[in-house]
Amino acid sequence: MPDDVVQLRAVHKAFNVGTAFETEVLHGIDLTLHRGEFCAVMGPSGSGKSTLLNIVGLLDRPTSGKLQVCGEETTELGDRALTRLRGHSIGFVFQYHYLITAFTALENVMIPMLGAAGFPNSAMRARAAELIDSVGLSAWKNNLAGNMSGGQQQRVAVARALAMNPALLLADEPTGNLDTKSADAVFDLLRRFNRENGTTVLFVTHNGALASRCDKTIQVVDGLIIS
Amino acid sequence: MLQAWIPFEWIVAIRFLREGRLQTLFIISGVAIGVGVIVFMSAMLSGLQSNFIRRVLSAQAHVQLLPPQEVARPQRLTEPGEIEGAIIQPPLQRLKGIDQWQAVASQIRSMPEVVVTSPVAGGSALAVRGAANRAISIAGIEPEQYFRIVDISDKLVRGSTRLSATDILIGTELANDLGVDVGDKLRISTANGAASTLTISGIFDLGSKGANQRNTFVALHTAQSLLGIPGAVTSLEVTVNDVYAAEAIAQRITAATGVEADSWIKTSAQFFAAVSAQTTANTAIRFFVGLSVAFGIASVLVVVVVQKSREIGILRAMGISQGQILRIFLLQGGLLGFGGSIVGCGIGAVALLLWQRYARNADGTPLFPLVFDPVLFTAALLLATLTGLVAAFAPALRAARLDPVVAIRG
Repeated sequence: MPDDVVQLRAVHKAFNVGTAFETEVLHGIDLTLHRGEFCAVMGPSGSGKSTLLNIVGLLDRPTSGKLQVCGEETTELGDRALTRLRGHSIGFVFQYHYLITAFTALENVMIPMLGAAGFPNSAMRARAAELIDSVGLSAWKNNLAGNMSGGQQQRVAVARALAMNPALLLADEPTGNLDTKSADAVFDLLRRFNRENGTTVLFVTHNGALASRCDKTIQVVDGLIIS
Repeated sequence: MLQAWIPFEWIVAIRFLREGRLQTLFIISGVAIGVGVIVFMSAMLSGLQSNFIRRVLSAQAHVQLLPPQEVARPQRLTEPGEIEGAIIQPPLQRLKGIDQWQAVASQIRSMPEVVVTSPVAGGSALAVRGAANRAISIAGIEPEQYFRIVDISDKLVRGSTRLSATDILIGTELANDLGVDVGDKLRISTANGAASTLTISGIFDLGSKGANQRNTFVALHTAQSLLGIPGAVTSLEVTVNDVYAAEAIAQRITAATGVEADSWIKTSAQFFAAVSAQTTANTAIRFFVGLSVAFGIASVLVVVVVQKSREIGILRAMGISQGQILRIFLLQGGLLGFGGSIVGCGIGAVALLLWQRYARNADGTPLFPLVFDPVLFTAALLLATLTGLVAAFAPALRAARLDPVVAIRG
């Protein structure tokens, strides 16, 4: 695993390119995240934080610039290769949990492993149980995701994001919908995994207290990193 | 519980269907009703048609080989471009036999699609009993062959089907007209002066007054001597394994033997046209029912794609490929079609059983026999599943092409 997990060079992102409504959201972002780094991203709404996260997470493509994830240059990769890289190397936690409500907590954690295929049944189940246990939800593991509290759902979402033991975890305001206690619990979880597994975390938040507990904080304003 | 050996797409497809219970139930009911209607209608129509055809073909051969017609051959030559104003009188059609009929018959018997070949020597005669007489048509047959084509024993009212050289089988109307019964003698004379006194061995009912008045059966040799065509036969009656292919087989027979062959399709053209029209109407109804089933499945899946777009987005974010998403929705379509068709086959079978039980003739016998054809049920299952898969294609493609960012943002 290279030391630089994420490398953005002069990344621009514009929407509605070529139309009268063309809007550039990111104006040349340079960013490097090292292995094991826990980086907070702050900035006002509409500043481009989520767009930056989507691009780093390979859900969206930059309009121009270079992006390397886990040592792989991604700007020329096709959808299949991006999907594979995303599945194996990147975990996502969103503001809303987006669990599959038709599945239990344990099954939601198993989904990335099932999708990637090649995991033996027992290994997959043991890994999911271990993750559910580590987020403190062993007693609820067989509950349908739709029947859990918001904090519990977000913890399951964290466990799911870590199922493939990704090198990079992207968290887009994962504590935004939670009360202080639950928000702290989720943040502690992310911090623990970051320390134990060396997972690089990019953590978007509006919460200054949480940001101050990260290794570094970047401020995104009007599509530019200003600090 | 999820199992690694079950493909991921199957697990998600089944869970999505299970989660949207009410939607799934409604669309499965819709598919089931459509399939039920198709199964019931198809079985009923095929029962009705095979009943019609059985009734029509139980009294006639599928293909009949006849001697060539006499044609006028004027002996005068005309120059090219010259038009002659002469009227050529059609020749008389003498009673004559098929040339080399035994060789022709053995050639036909060797054809794999032919089931039975039976020679017949037929012509007109007069049946005389005391002062009463009736014009009849006699058919000289080889009973062991001919009764496999027209099963007289099934239509026998009295007596037996025995046909020795001095026996005759007559219809109920002729027996009434001449006041005769089994065991009575009947004098049969023909236009060429031959006559013979035959014993009535059996009386049959062919289901038609005209046929019961005119048709009689005698042994082949008896007919040949009465009609003055010793050793000859006037037609070769043939049954084939596929009654609908009779015309094509007749043409092959003509091509192979040089003897003119007419199929029941040609000789009963109007009946066959009615059967064909019925089949076409049935196909059209099946097509439109199938189409409405397909649209039903597609519309439900479009709604599911909209409902599940966030989940699709998150699945894509977790590394699930476009192909996997496509397969998840195709499977849902296929499963809806399959599930609906299983229930539909059940509905169709129950409807057929009820029909058989309650739709009866005045004497308690079924209106016509219905066939529970496993091929029909299997075809309905396969077609409905395939329809589900095809119907799901557009929604599945839409789901697979969802931009994960847009889908997650909602």
